[in-house]
Amino acid sequence: MSTVRIGPLLPPWSYGFIVAFALWIVTISATGPSRAGGTLVATVAFAAFSVLVGTGQMLVIASGPGNIDLSIPSVMTLAAYLAMSAMHESDGLVFLGLAVALGVGVVAGALNYAAIALLRLPPIIATLAWSFVFQSFAIDFGGEATLKPPPVLAASTTFRAAGIPILPGAVVVLTLIVMVVLRRTVFGRSLLAAGQSERAAYLAGVEVGWVRLWAYALCGGLGALAGYLLAGFTGGAALNMGDIYLMESIAVVVLGGTSVAGGDANAIGIWGAALFFNLLGIMLNTFRFQAGVRLFLTGVLIIAIVALVPHARARA
Amino acid sequence: MGEASAVTMAAPPWQRWRSLAEAGLPFAALIVMLAVIIDIRPAVFSYFGFTLLFKLTTPLILAALGQMLIIMLGDIDLSNGSFVGLVTCITALFLTDNPGLAVAAYVALVLAYAAFGLLIHLRALPSIVVTLGMSFIWLGAAVMLLPAPGGLAPGWLSGFMDWRPPLLPLPIWAAIVVALAGHLVITRSSYGTILRGTGDNPRATARAGWSVVAIRVAVYAAAGGLGVLAGLTLTGLTTSGDANIAPAYTLIGVSAVILGGGSFTGGIVSPVGTVAGALVLSLAGSLLSFLQVSPTWQVGAQGGILFLILAGRVLLREVPQ
Amino acid sequence: MDLVPPGDEGAPPPPPGVYLAVRGAAKSYGAVQALRGVDFAVAPGEIVGVVGHNGAGKSTLMNILAGTVQRSRGDFTIAGKAVGEWSPHEAQRHGLRCVFQELSLCGNLTLAENTRVIHRSLRGPGWRRRAGTLIRQQLDMIFPGHGLSVETRAIELPIGARQMAEVARAFTETDAPVRCIILDEPTSALGHKAASQLLAYVKGLPERGIACILITHRLDEILLVCERATVMVDGKVVAERPVARLSRPTLVGLMGAIEAPHLPASAAAQVAGRPPVVDLPGRDSLDLAIHAAPGEIIGFAGLDGHGQRERLRALYAYSRHRHRQGRGPAVAYVAGDRGAEGVFGLWSIAENLTIRSIRTLRRIGLISREAECDLAREWVARLEVKAPSIDTPMLSLSGGNQQKVLFARALASDAEIILLDDPMRGVDVNTKQEVYKLIRREAEAGRCFVWYTTEVEELTNCGRLYVFREGRARTELLGAEIEPARILETSFGGRDG
Repeated sequence: MSTVRIGPLLPPWSYGFIVAFALWIVTISATGPSRAGGTLVATVAFAAFSVLVGTGQMLVIASGPGNIDLSIPSVMTLAAYLAMSAMHESDGLVFLGLAVALGVGVVAGALNYAAIALLRLPPIIATLAWSFVFQSFAIDFGGEATLKPPPVLAASTTFRAAGIPILPGAVVVLTLIVMVVLRRTVFGRSLLAAGQSERAAYLAGVEVGWVRLWAYALCGGLGALAGYLLAGFTGGAALNMGDIYLMESIAVVVLGGTSVAGGDANAIGIWGAALFFNLLGIMLNTFRFQAGVRLFLTGVLIIAIVALVPHARARA
Repeated sequence: MGEASAVTMAAPPWQRWRSLAEAGLPFAALIVMLAVIIDIRPAVFSYFGFTLLFKLTTPLILAALGQMLIIMLGDIDLSNGSFVGLVTCITALFLTDNPGLAVAAYVALVLAYAAFGLLIHLRALPSIVVTLGMSFIWLGAAVMLLPAPGGLAPGWLSGFMDWRPPLLPLPIWAAIVVALAGHLVITRSSYGTILRGTGDNPRATARAGWSVVAIRVAVYAAAGGLGVLAGLTLTGLTTSGDANIAPAYTLIGVSAVILGGGSFTGGIVSPVGTVAGALVLSLAGSLLSFLQVSPTWQVGAQGGILFLILAGRVLLREVPQ
Repeated sequence: MDLVPPGDEGAPPPPPGVYLAVRGAAKSYGAVQALRGVDFAVAPGEIVGVVGHNGAGKSTLMNILAGTVQRSRGDFTIAGKAVGEWSPHEAQRHGLRCVFQELSLCGNLTLAENTRVIHRSLRGPGWRRRAGTLIRQQLDMIFPGHGLSVETRAIELPIGARQMAEVARAFTETDAPVRCIILDEPTSALGHKAASQLLAYVKGLPERGIACILITHRLDEILLVCERATVMVDGKVVAERPVARLSRPTLVGLMGAIEAPHLPASAAAQVAGRPPVVDLPGRDSLDLAIHAAPGEIIGFAGLDGHGQRERLRALYAYSRHRHRQGRGPAVAYVAGDRGAEGVFGLWSIAENLTIRSIRTLRRIGLISREAECDLAREWVARLEVKAPSIDTPMLSLSGGNQQKVLFARALASDAEIILLDDPMRGVDVNTKQEVYKLIRREAEAGRCFVWYTTEVEELTNCGRLYVFREGRARTELLGAEIEPARILETSFGGRDG
């Protein structure tokens, strides 16, 4: 298979960063250098949430062709609702809320995989059907109301130490941990092996089923964590808080250099793609373009990047 | 050995029954759902009742068939729903005053679909990513054209969607006609055979001298055409354009194809089953409100129905072994 | 070795009215020369056999004739006309059909529908019935008593029946008459009866003016039905002889085969008395239980596709399960279908080699890069894998070296039972000999090997054989009984076949 190579063989994950950097330059050249820092901080704060859900989605996508989690938005909402109700806006219960959110996410992920493995459903269908169910639970717990977070949670999501926002910093650390896990642990290696070839992995002694179960459970957990923090960040859990992350979680993973054919995960690339996604919004706002232009350009860039960036491998 | 091989090679009769039962699942579900609804509210069992009950199914069926064509090739189309939204915007904005422009736009959209099919084929790209990008493009274009819902469908179009044909309500006629046409073209015709064969084993059809590129492009164009029809009928029903009216069509369409017996591995799809699947999914909401399931649980119960029917298929496949 | 250049006194005079001919046909894939200038011709109604080892270029030549691969160089004439760009469609229009080695039926289509795929004129009302009649009649003609329903989907048929259907499909005629048929290993998946039916049919083709190119590993088939045999080695034609003047040993000699050294079956005697590490009961009373002790090399013999691989898989699942429960030794599997079941294409040699052992390479929870490299280096050296470094991408290796890495994956692990699933496919002769030696050494060190292979000569490395027939292990062969003729005889079921 021939691939058009552009540039001196930049790794596929670098393109998100390059585009994001270009957008940042364009934006601050319009707003003036005084706003450069502010733009960056705002972008990074929003990007952190995209990275959280994207990292979960990446684990699932890397676990093999066809694997995908469409239930992330509803898991985010459900986890946020349950955590907020558990905390009653009380500062003392923040950790209880966190535990509730993570528990909900992990269980939801495990349920997703159970439907895939036991009912032999395609992951798209299984996670979609569960997302309907989770959505109903969320409505049942929260209704249309917005549930407020405890003040401490709200404050901590925007807290800065020495001018550096803590939350995005923590997500960067998480990205680094995920990179090490993928390269240097039995789980990571097994996940990538199962993703490249289920049969080869089985015959090489990999516990394919367990590895996929963990991938879905971790994806649920990360989605739930994102929901919990987002509720703090935006001042409350709302019914449609996760909706934009359905397509965005897939897009940042793919633009980040992870292959939808499985077995090839790139954690750092998600940051580039997430920055690009959020900067594009900010830039077009700066230039007073309407929302349609932003969506249109997003689509064009997604297709351009996957079509032009060299493939990680030539498909045999 | 001759007799032994004859026995092992002919498909055992229970296998035939099983595949029949499998194909019948969505229909069985449809009939059960209708029976429950009629039992609760006998008044539904009338021309008028069915008109209301099935009112919104026509565009969904058309969109699902478009999705089915893509799934037949082993691909998936995540842009189907936003494409339908874009078509409603174009229709509501232009078809009344400037029909030439509207038709040109439809043709351009179909060509765009074909071009994306070509891109996917030539660069061996994953369809899921390209159609994800396409979904942003369609949605963006629609929002640019019509930032808030509005415009007006031409009178003849709304009039047609309100038409009361003899014997059966329009949406049911439409479902029957479309299912039959799909069955004839995809399942029965000699060219449909080539299409399904390509979805299963493109190498085999290429070796027999068929152009897989041409097939890919033609099928994507046809899927775009069905998307245009879905958008037209939807505008006729709602009488206005809305970029965000149909994002759910994408995943409901995928579910309908799978409910109808399709498979993501390519080559295995059933137009009649897909139509039945789409009807089941759109009827699910009505059924649940007739059952007085609180609105809270209606969404969740749709997930439950999906699980139930697909679990039924797993049971049929595994148990009689 | 007796290398006879084409066109020597042994070649027959060019037959009158050549149907198809290539001169100097060559094909290269990057740096790899699959075909290095081949002259080849077929007369109308002539039956030509083509033999040669794996990778000799037979399939490439056939793909060029069938239009599925474009030649890099060379002239091509068909029915007297020069051919430029060639395509499968053009080939079909000229009456040239090909049955490929890997099956090319669409699994989701019925046999009738699959027949439609190769006939453009089967369309319009009633096409389904016409296609069904066409393929049924052809099946009846070639394989009387086949028992196949043309309304069955291909995926529902066992592999042998699929091959029958594909062969029959290639002979069906609509608008363009069949002039020449290329059969690439057509009998590899067929049972004994179907194979002889097919050969009888092929023998009758000249009367109907149909030419046939038969590629097969089974030399007896060549001697039985062909008029002329072409021998290929390393992408070239090395000999072309009338079959009347050929015998099996001369053919083998022309192919440049190296006879595998026969081993004394001492291994089996040596280990007698040790408790078995493998003990898998049979499926029914006709099916032998598989048992094996440490130090043994057990072979799974029989015709291709008679349940050997399924049993090996079952053995893997069973041993793995027992090991996980702490009731048995560890097991490793060396896959022969490298692309689909062995290689992780995105990874380096080191990652591919160590995946089976990563649990033991952990230091404080993380895989130690150092330990990983040490293990990989050690085994790359021991198996003499030819690669610049252990970080080289796996896919940049040649097939034989990839296979060595897969062997190393199993041998470097803690497995005491090692299952070999036809692992020498596409491996060159020298590598084979090295690996045979290694297997024997490891067996002497106490490992137990269960070896499924389709190459009968290879089985002579084993101390004991299970011969499979129709899904069951039917016969056990020991020591001196292990020799090719006896294996073949039991594979076909001896007298009762």
